[in-house]
Amino acid sequence: METYALLLAATLNAGTVLAIAALGLLINEKSGVVNLGAEGMMLCAAIAGYATVVHTGSDLLGFAAGMAAGGLLALVFGALVIGLNTNQYATGLALSLFGVGFSAFVGTGYVQAKLPERMKFEVPGLAEIPLVGPALFKQHPMVYLVIVFTIAFIWFLQCSRAGLVLRAVGESPQSAHALGYSVRGIRLGAVVSGGALCGLAGAYISIIYTPLWVEGMIAGKGWIALALTTFATWRPARVLLGAYLFGGVTMLQFHLQASGVELPSQFLSMLPYLATIVVLALISRNPQWIRINMPASLGKPFYPSS
Amino acid sequence: MTMLKLEARSQPSDFWRIASPLLALVLTVVLGIILFVMLGKDPVKGLAVFFWEPIRSGYAVGELVVKATPLLLIALGLALCFRSNVWNIGAEGQYVMGAVFATGVALLADKTSSAWMVVPLLLAGTLGGMVWAGITAWLRDRFHANEILVSLMLVYVAIMVLGYLVYGPWKDPLGYNFPQTKTFETATQIPRLFKGSRVNIGLVLALLGVIVMWVFLFRTRAGWAQQIGGLAPHAARYAGFSSRRAIWLALLVSGGAAGLAGALEVAGPIGQLTPYVPVGYGFAAIIVAFVGRLHPLGMVFSALLMSMFYIGGELAQSRLGLPKSLTGVFQGLLLFCLLACDVLMNYRLRWAPKRMEVV
Repeated sequence: METYALLLAATLNAGTVLAIAALGLLINEKSGVVNLGAEGMMLCAAIAGYATVVHTGSDLLGFAAGMAAGGLLALVFGALVIGLNTNQYATGLALSLFGVGFSAFVGTGYVQAKLPERMKFEVPGLAEIPLVGPALFKQHPMVYLVIVFTIAFIWFLQCSRAGLVLRAVGESPQSAHALGYSVRGIRLGAVVSGGALCGLAGAYISIIYTPLWVEGMIAGKGWIALALTTFATWRPARVLLGAYLFGGVTMLQFHLQASGVELPSQFLSMLPYLATIVVLALISRNPQWIRINMPASLGKPFYPSS
Repeated sequence: MTMLKLEARSQPSDFWRIASPLLALVLTVVLGIILFVMLGKDPVKGLAVFFWEPIRSGYAVGELVVKATPLLLIALGLALCFRSNVWNIGAEGQYVMGAVFATGVALLADKTSSAWMVVPLLLAGTLGGMVWAGITAWLRDRFHANEILVSLMLVYVAIMVLGYLVYGPWKDPLGYNFPQTKTFETATQIPRLFKGSRVNIGLVLALLGVIVMWVFLFRTRAGWAQQIGGLAPHAARYAGFSSRRAIWLALLVSGGAAGLAGALEVAGPIGQLTPYVPVGYGFAAIIVAFVGRLHPLGMVFSALLMSMFYIGGELAQSRLGLPKSLTGVFQGLLLFCLLACDVLMNYRLRWAPKRMEVV
């Protein structure tokens, strides 16, 4: 039983990483922009955050540095895609390729660096409950914050005027433009905030989740987060559930490995990637369903018609 | 008061189609100089390792060609994909599977094998890449699954298959427990073209590929139909061109080309299967394809350029004490600059008077 409590705890932690990044990408995509650069932004943010914590010892500064790195790269991406109407796929790929190289380049000196000791977080009182305590209430505050953030995000999209405008820009940029909203400005805002969230996820991985820095340590989590927005048919609550599901798959491999399953470790490590492919195929099976849920202008550049 | 304005051209500029990659290269070099200065390195030395050392001697040029060959082969296939609006970005995985399948044949050889073993070896590599890309094509065709995500996920899976084989069943029993297969028999090594250089028949195959791709794209009806699907899907459907066929053809050809590149690499310069087979050629080839304008001839030049970046990165490590990952930084910067410069193809820069607002 004790191991299941720990498995659940690890699942929530892994899911949190994916959820933060996927919610950021969801903001992008609601405004009509696909950013394939998630992996690159997360890698750069991971090293930015890690280096900051190594030098300052402050986790909060580390998260801020990660968000700044993600936001800055997203700004470059946005300037190209929104300002100059470059191809979104190609530009996102460029960002990912650049991010992989740049983070490895900057991070060479930090491979051996150690983070300062930090205290364990736990929810006072509740953490003492047997089984449930270690499973749910001994997590980093980010694990709880992401749930609050998801709820806030649902409210923002469904109930606030700004959320309505964001959706309008993604569904029908021409109409939003005709109503006097700045489609480009709103998209740039969405891209930069999405990038900052991806950056937060990247920094969380290197500072709290792993916590260490190695080249390419994001290991496809940026791409899985991109797939998550499709799995969730662009709904925030489903993004969170999907993230926990994939966090569970990631953790399952370690659990199986530890319990001595007779399978080479490489096959267990394939699980998250194979699961992504299988779920993607199942969800996409009905193109009608995807088309109904997808922001209508997703991936298309906007040319103001006057 | 005047300001810089973008003005749409009535049709894309032919001048900028060629000039944009060159301008992008210049911009990348400028950014490179700034980077070297910031790192406290002599920019002249920095540029020399990237642009002068790789062409300094016959041997160096040979090495340049050795690295450009797989890049060109993979990029040829990717150009067909991108022209048909199929976003295969998992060429790295197809390349790895090509190397794995080719190794399967190479390990069957013994001292008495004939040198013709190379033919089934290369065919196996091509098949391996096609199978891997075929999974993406099938999932896209049958389930409408996004080919970007599927092909990329399969890269990670391919690298783990490779890891399983070299740490497990294919590990050389006499290899001091290193995760690698035995060195391939001489019979299964790719024949070299010249003495004293590692350039092999892969170069001939890649150049043949350039010609075949040029003829297919610009001189056959099938090649034209394939590209119409990418440019104008509705027109293609109206004309009765099958989009399903286009997806399968693009992915199988590019998978096959990447697989062939993997086979040539593992049985050529490397000579055994190791975890270090994947070095990012599949991703760098995406940049090769774009910088070469998706044109077979253009990609010959961009493949050589990207190969310079690889060699320059290695030299920067040994001579200047900079990390090898500098290669990736410059590759990414080049693609960014290219995408930005391409704006000049469709737009003209004009100094325009700032419009007076009528209140």
